[in-house]
Amino acid sequence: MKRKIFLKSLVGAIAIAAVGLPALAQETIKIGEINHYKRLAAFAGPYKLGIEMAIEEVNAAGGVLGKPLEFIFRDDQGKPGEAVKIAEELMTREGAVMLTGTILSNVGLAISSLAAEKKYVYLASEPLADAITWSKGNDYTFRLRSSTYMQAAMLAEQAAQTDAIRYATIAPNYAYGKDAVAAFKKALTKLKPEVEFVAEQWPALFKIDAGAEAQAIERAKPDAIYNVTFGGDLAKFVREGGTRGLFEGRNVYGLLSGEPEYMDPLGDEAPEGWVVTGYPWSEITEGPGKVFVDGYMAKYDDHPRIGSLVGYMTVQSVVAVLEKAGSTDSEAIRAAFADLPVSTPVGDITYRAIDHQSTMGAFVGTIALKDGKGTLVDWSYKNGGDYTLPDEEVMKLRGSGN
Amino acid sequence: MGLFIAQILTGLANASALFMVASGLSLIFGVTRIVNFAHGSFYMLGAYVGYSFMQILPGAFGFWASILLAGLVVGIIGIIVEILVLRPVYKAPELFQLVATFGVILVIQDLTLLVWGADDFLGPRAPGLKGIIRIMGEPVPKYDLALIALTPFVAFALWWLITKTRTGILVRAATQDREMVGALGVNQAWLFTGVFFLGCALAGLGGAVQLPKGGADLLMDFNILSAIFVVVVIGGMGSLPGAYVAAVLISVLNVFGVNYLPQSTLALMFVVMVVVLIFRPFGLFGREEVAGEHGQVGEPERPIKPAGQSARMIVMFGLFLMALLPIVGDSFILVLITDIAIFCLFAASLHFLLGLGGLVSFGHAAYFGGGAYAAALLVTYAGTPMELALILAPLAAGLTAIIFGWVCLRLTGVYFAMLTLAFAQLLWSLVFQWGDFTGGDDGLVDIWPSDWASGTTTFYYLSMVLCVGGIILLRHTAHSPFGYALRAARDSQRQAESTGIHTKHVQLVAFGFAGAMAGIAGGLFVFSKGSIFPNELEIARSFDALIVVFLGGVKTLAGGVVGGAALEGAKDYITRFEYWRLLLGLLIIFVVIVAPDGIAGTLRKWAEKIGFMKREDQA
Repeated sequence: MKRKIFLKSLVGAIAIAAVGLPALAQETIKIGEINHYKRLAAFAGPYKLGIEMAIEEVNAAGGVLGKPLEFIFRDDQGKPGEAVKIAEELMTREGAVMLTGTILSNVGLAISSLAAEKKYVYLASEPLADAITWSKGNDYTFRLRSSTYMQAAMLAEQAAQTDAIRYATIAPNYAYGKDAVAAFKKALTKLKPEVEFVAEQWPALFKIDAGAEAQAIERAKPDAIYNVTFGGDLAKFVREGGTRGLFEGRNVYGLLSGEPEYMDPLGDEAPEGWVVTGYPWSEITEGPGKVFVDGYMAKYDDHPRIGSLVGYMTVQSVVAVLEKAGSTDSEAIRAAFADLPVSTPVGDITYRAIDHQSTMGAFVGTIALKDGKGTLVDWSYKNGGDYTLPDEEVMKLRGSGN
Repeated sequence: MGLFIAQILTGLANASALFMVASGLSLIFGVTRIVNFAHGSFYMLGAYVGYSFMQILPGAFGFWASILLAGLVVGIIGIIVEILVLRPVYKAPELFQLVATFGVILVIQDLTLLVWGADDFLGPRAPGLKGIIRIMGEPVPKYDLALIALTPFVAFALWWLITKTRTGILVRAATQDREMVGALGVNQAWLFTGVFFLGCALAGLGGAVQLPKGGADLLMDFNILSAIFVVVVIGGMGSLPGAYVAAVLISVLNVFGVNYLPQSTLALMFVVMVVVLIFRPFGLFGREEVAGEHGQVGEPERPIKPAGQSARMIVMFGLFLMALLPIVGDSFILVLITDIAIFCLFAASLHFLLGLGGLVSFGHAAYFGGGAYAAALLVTYAGTPMELALILAPLAAGLTAIIFGWVCLRLTGVYFAMLTLAFAQLLWSLVFQWGDFTGGDDGLVDIWPSDWASGTTTFYYLSMVLCVGGIILLRHTAHSPFGYALRAARDSQRQAESTGIHTKHVQLVAFGFAGAMAGIAGGLFVFSKGSIFPNELEIARSFDALIVVFLGGVKTLAGGVVGGAALEGAKDYITRFEYWRLLLGLLIIFVVIVAPDGIAGTLRKWAEKIGFMKREDQA
């Protein structure tokens, strides 16, 4: 008896969960957006909000090419194989004209490879891996967000101005972490050849043993620390390192550590004095950046994260490229991306023809506490185009990929 | 010296939460024989619930009260899960319940997201224990010392409960022999519920107690899962002292690994497990499994037989439809069916091991991913054409399976399963870590079919031929003398040996054969996706196949294929919804409850009931 009631309510629950998939039957221009909405909800959520805000604005202003713009959001469970299947469906069945999305680099690389094989245009909005536009770059893949190399080079520039010689690095043990450490080493050694790297720590992603890592770094007695950990790992590292006095009297450089996604959860324990890349939304007081922050806060009653900004800029890039192309044909879109200028909340960016990387930069600043929360001071926005490799090196990297 | 002691203390502090969660898992397994995949989810709930209480309750008293309350609340959630989800399926074939717990994971993930939102929470610091104490000049956080002091009390309380109380006597008796306890008039249902409460409460306690060292986030459940299984297996399933020793061993070794071999963080735990299991096949403190292992629980298995006339007609008709599909369907349906067919072959190969061989492999992704990587590496480095790569992929996978199988087959039951998982995990970390050769987690990309097969339709036909062919071959093997020998080895090793079957040999060959079949699926997978990443070797991939085999029905020949097609098809549809994990989890739980014989098994029963299929089908 009980079992029957339970089964009935189970069926009911399934039915309720299934409700709520709106079907639009209007003639629209469709973009296939693939992301890890569940697997990385904290990052993909604000990104989606940014997209929705931009779409609303675009459609209020008459859409693009005379039609309303529509994004089809699909969850790939964070699996590259799944993403490839969904990409096929979006392009062949749903009538999407191009693909956008992903945060995880491996998923981005999988879609990028499919894009080249099937001649679909793919705008990799958030994945950071250098390979996407360099060693594995291809004709049909473009990237919005500043690459790992760009952001690491910005921090290396800051680091080179200090007296620190002995560096310790800590990065999650996977491709992004390795890229980020290699890029920092390369950029810093170029600027200051006498630096030495005295410890390299590689905690497993999201499984950091922070106490042990702090001990290991302390043992090497470095002058400065370069941190690539993020999310829960960062929180644990900051707490264990702070408790044990690891950061006292040392310069610390944190890649992405100042982004609201990662710094907000730290609350009043945000590590003061770290030099980081991030997004100081509350400190932007003028220009299009301020307009975006105000608009976002008015709409969602919450502050934007870096993901919100990237989502918003994704839509802006899509609109710009479609308008320049004047059609929804893949080849036309691809051609239009060459040196495409886009006006965004961080200023004008360009999609470089040489490597399909946009010149979107990053905010570099020092973490300080304000009203019990971390924020950036002495910050400035650095143009990504100024922190890339020289053209001939880029050409060499891309040559091997095709 | 000071540093050495500080490192040991860090390890001991880390062992604390690990022990609590693992001891809960061990207790639950010991008594109910349920491999509770959802244990990590209860740990995660403990962290979230504890965090919420700490926001309300002030001061040191509030902090410790929150931890206890978190344990209590999670224990109660455990009771609800046990009564609603697990009770209806205790009579199902062994290990079937793990499918239900997998559904529970999905449901808890989405409900947690709904209730607490997507943002990570940083755990509050323990009031009064925020600073450090210097021991021989080295800083040691006070909270670490508190944890080190606390854990023995928890362990002692558990020991007292298990050895000195009547409840404990019953629990131990049930661990030894469930049926006997039932026969002696003990209400098993409530004993199981009680143990589930205790186990989940311990997981919740573990989640709450680690808050000052970390926090609460939505990835915690899977992140701790492999660690607690490793601890329980190293310690010996069902052994509390074992869980404590293993938790300390793993945590301390990990601290030294981080300090002296920083790259070791991925593999260390599994290396330790492999070493321990090779020398102590039942863990450090475990005993040989005896209770209820001879034969199987539930109703006796029917002898398998070739499909009847009507079933063959249905399958032929289905194949005919699939052959016509490119004419009527759009190109995406071909991509989808190709995906499903590849997955079905993968599932069928595991079903061969599990259903016919009784060999529960938790690491079957090693052969799927192994085949895929073999093909991808050949293409990337040797420019091998697709045709040759598809032939070599199953060979490589089969060889891998034979090597792993040779070591694993020394063990039985859950220890065997965990050792296969460990090997799969070692292969995963090798691929993950060896970035220069395998591309690490950036994978290997641009591996597309030869020109003649690159069209969606051609590749569809190619996959159909290989997948359907592979599945039919697996079925055929089941009816061959080799299949009979394999089943004999499963049902009674002693009797099989006495009739002259070299059971280990037969099982090893089966292992290699199933591995090779998974390798074909893996090879096709690479060429259908154009890329391969280490996640195809992950535990989650192995579990996918495992779930599908049980869901389809272990005791029916078609189980793997039916389950694979049903779940992959359902997933493709369901993931379009916002809360798809909740939906999928509920669906899995629903199927588990209404179809405890698996989809294929239950359908057969229904068909027999309405007279569509005859009970004694002609051969």
